[in-house]
Amino acid sequence: MVVPRFWREIPYRYRMIGTRCPKCGKVYFPPRIVCPDCHRESYGKMEEVQLSGKGKIYSYTIVHQNVKGFKLHRPYIMAIVELEEGPRVTAQIVDCKPEDVYIDMPVRAVFRRIMEDGPEGIVQYGYKFVPDWEAIEK
Amino acid sequence: MVGIVTYGSYIPIYRIRVEEIARVWGDDGERVKKSLGVFSKSVPGVDEDAATISVEAVRNALRRKWIPPEEIGAVLVGSESHPYVVKPTATIVAEAIGATPKVMAADHEFACKAGTAAMQNIIGLVKSGMIKYGVAIGADTSQGAPGDPLEYTASAGGTAFIIGEEEVIAEINHTLSFTTDTPDFWRREKQDYPQHGGRFTGEPAYFRHILGAAKLMMEEMNTKPEDYTYAVFHQPNTKFPKRVAKKLGFNEEQIKPGLVVPWIGNTYSGCMITGLSAILDIAKPGDRILAVSFGSGAGSDAFDITVTENIEKINRRAAPTVREMIERAVYIDYALYAKFRKKILLPPGV
Amino acid sequence: MREVAIIGVGQTKYGEHWTKSLRDLAVEAGLKAVEDAGISGKDIQAIFGGNMSAGTVVGQDHVAAILADFAGLIGNDLAAMRVESACASGGAALHTGYMAVASGMYDIVLVGGVEKMTDVSSESMTDALASAADREWEVFFGATFPSLGAMMARRHMHQYGTTREQLAMIPVQCHENASYNPYAQLRNRITVEQVINAPMVADPLTLLDCSPMSDGAAAVILAPMEIAKKYTDTPIKISASTAATEYVSLHSREDITTSRANVVAARRAYKMAKKEPKDIDILEVHDAFSIIALIALEDLGFAPKGQGGRFVEEGGIAPNSDVSFNPSGGLKAKGHPVGATGVGQVVEIVHQLRKESKGLQVDGEVGMAHNVGGTASTVFIHILEVV
Repeated sequence: MVVPRFWREIPYRYRMIGTRCPKCGKVYFPPRIVCPDCHRESYGKMEEVQLSGKGKIYSYTIVHQNVKGFKLHRPYIMAIVELEEGPRVTAQIVDCKPEDVYIDMPVRAVFRRIMEDGPEGIVQYGYKFVPDWEAIEK
Repeated sequence: MVGIVTYGSYIPIYRIRVEEIARVWGDDGERVKKSLGVFSKSVPGVDEDAATISVEAVRNALRRKWIPPEEIGAVLVGSESHPYVVKPTATIVAEAIGATPKVMAADHEFACKAGTAAMQNIIGLVKSGMIKYGVAIGADTSQGAPGDPLEYTASAGGTAFIIGEEEVIAEINHTLSFTTDTPDFWRREKQDYPQHGGRFTGEPAYFRHILGAAKLMMEEMNTKPEDYTYAVFHQPNTKFPKRVAKKLGFNEEQIKPGLVVPWIGNTYSGCMITGLSAILDIAKPGDRILAVSFGSGAGSDAFDITVTENIEKINRRAAPTVREMIERAVYIDYALYAKFRKKILLPPGV
Repeated sequence: MREVAIIGVGQTKYGEHWTKSLRDLAVEAGLKAVEDAGISGKDIQAIFGGNMSAGTVVGQDHVAAILADFAGLIGNDLAAMRVESACASGGAALHTGYMAVASGMYDIVLVGGVEKMTDVSSESMTDALASAADREWEVFFGATFPSLGAMMARRHMHQYGTTREQLAMIPVQCHENASYNPYAQLRNRITVEQVINAPMVADPLTLLDCSPMSDGAAAVILAPMEIAKKYTDTPIKISASTAATEYVSLHSREDITTSRANVVAARRAYKMAKKEPKDIDILEVHDAFSIIALIALEDLGFAPKGQGGRFVEEGGIAPNSDVSFNPSGGLKAKGHPVGATGVGQVVEIVHQLRKESKGLQVDGEVGMAHNVGGTASTVFIHILEVV
């Protein structure tokens, strides 16, 4: 029952809040506390920034041998999504057939259950992505 | 005047057809479809629950009109399938929209009318001046016992209303409730599936309370059915709302836009309010709506609503309409449905 | 800095060793190395042990001390430490041992690597291996370790037109080489069709694109070159021992079809050894997944960027072509007892350079070992030469 480790990340996982370097302006998600380019000048000064959740697929795979807790999803689509603000994030693509996913497909973030610590434990919520139908159908 | 400032709904993408469920249990699918007036119901994905549905619904509301999270003073979530028995869904939703920490939050339960109960309480908080905006949500991933008639319609979905006094798109002229202690449908603690009283759920429950609340409302507001553009009632199937509409004197045209049960089933706490959301998707300024929910146990909440010009000022197209979500459907078979709804005994750690 | 030589090597067979424990395997490899070096156990001044998962899998941390204990070396009062860098733990241990001897602080040291992967269910082991990736932001959201490799493959195919068949040629070559190797876990030959049609792990990678779960251990004895000739007629010089690090998560990298750690560690190694890719005769590449090997062939300078598939298809990895690729059978067919691998690659190269391979014997005077942690986030490269 490891509670604090996941609780700490809640605002970032629930709301996709990234961090932005005050010096170079680069946006990071998952959030970083130090900008890899500006180092010391950014430590303790990174600003929180709300991301839109919109992006496109940079790469993907269909997972047949699942991670613990994902058995009911298999086969499931995992992807690296490039968010419109720049950073890339690793997440599951849902509400989409495996044969319909493609590189550069527009997607948008949704709020879903990620995993649970057994039937008695805490449910971890976070982001997954669905096809951005509006953008696709344009 | 207090009213709805913005609204949003969410319906999961999966559907199962009534004849597919009938096939498994040896029922006559065509007959069931006809008697219920329902073709299919929505099924939540493996990673969806009342919390995720609530968050998607309120995010859709915020897409239509942005309310700064620090101005949201309360989040109340009504459901009969809260993810936890102890630990409120409302805190998860409040966190997900950034309304924490200065916010009141609590969960509601009143069978299928937990969402409208939440609405009434938010109205009270707003009217009293205690909060500027409040979020009222009704969402469910209700379970029907395998082989039970309720399995045909127990579905998943939800709707969120953000209620306030500024630039309301629909004024809530009045709300009242008709409540009695009537055991028509219940679930004891630690039981997986609900029990119900069969035909007892009709006259003494659904009809008595909806008719009671609707008549009281029209009395207090001094209105007649023809004064309303639309009427929407709790819809466990198509027969009941059509019959109660007729009894009250409403016609087909008035109830048609709000009738969503044929495609998505009964979303329990999301039920009547998702029908109301479908009406708001097409409503025009000046439209008047009578909305009456029903929750087993039992009670009905009635709302007399008038749509304002502000409905054309929010961006209704910024979020999917109920019709659009109904149309975006992926049909699954009973086996997948049983897997998704965890009706299969799974070994630990799956 | 002194020159460092390898004066002895030893390894266990890689495979499913139901009757041998972590300790048994380590001691076996260690003793073989000691014998091969012609030293006595008493000569060892330090042990640097590579191991990734003993803490998670058999609940045993403090591994190097346990091994020194069980090898009967406590009487030496030696230094013993475990080095961990996920699947590059072996290479990291070697890099550490190299520094210990080159600096002059130690003379004779034992560098070993060991992993026991079959003492738990393959589900648990898979979960332990996933900690080589970013647990919080990759694995938590559903990414298995192979799925990350699969995404690298998918992107490589998208950017460069690499084909599924080209990728499959790598495990095919590895199995062919391993069919001669008595130390190898999997000695059956396979075909490209079999690779493509094997059970899918994460599209496009199948079971036959991925290295197996293996138990095993490997060890080398290091000594300063100035005294190496006292122990052996065939000391092997470590001409380069280098390392570099890349972002752990794929999503933090600009381009997932390459690894900056591969490129930089290789560049540093070539500089240190005063060599170029064309000088390398024997190459043991970290093929945990076929795509990792393909990307390495490009990053290490054997194939132009993006042309790894073509390089493979046109015979670039055949034995005794310009560079002999994974004569041992690589991770795919020889096996991948994670912590042992980096050391085992070096053991293989030493056998090759000494012309005493019990398996496939290839030509060459210069060998390179490429050992990687995670999805090529940590890279250790060693260049070895006959003196």
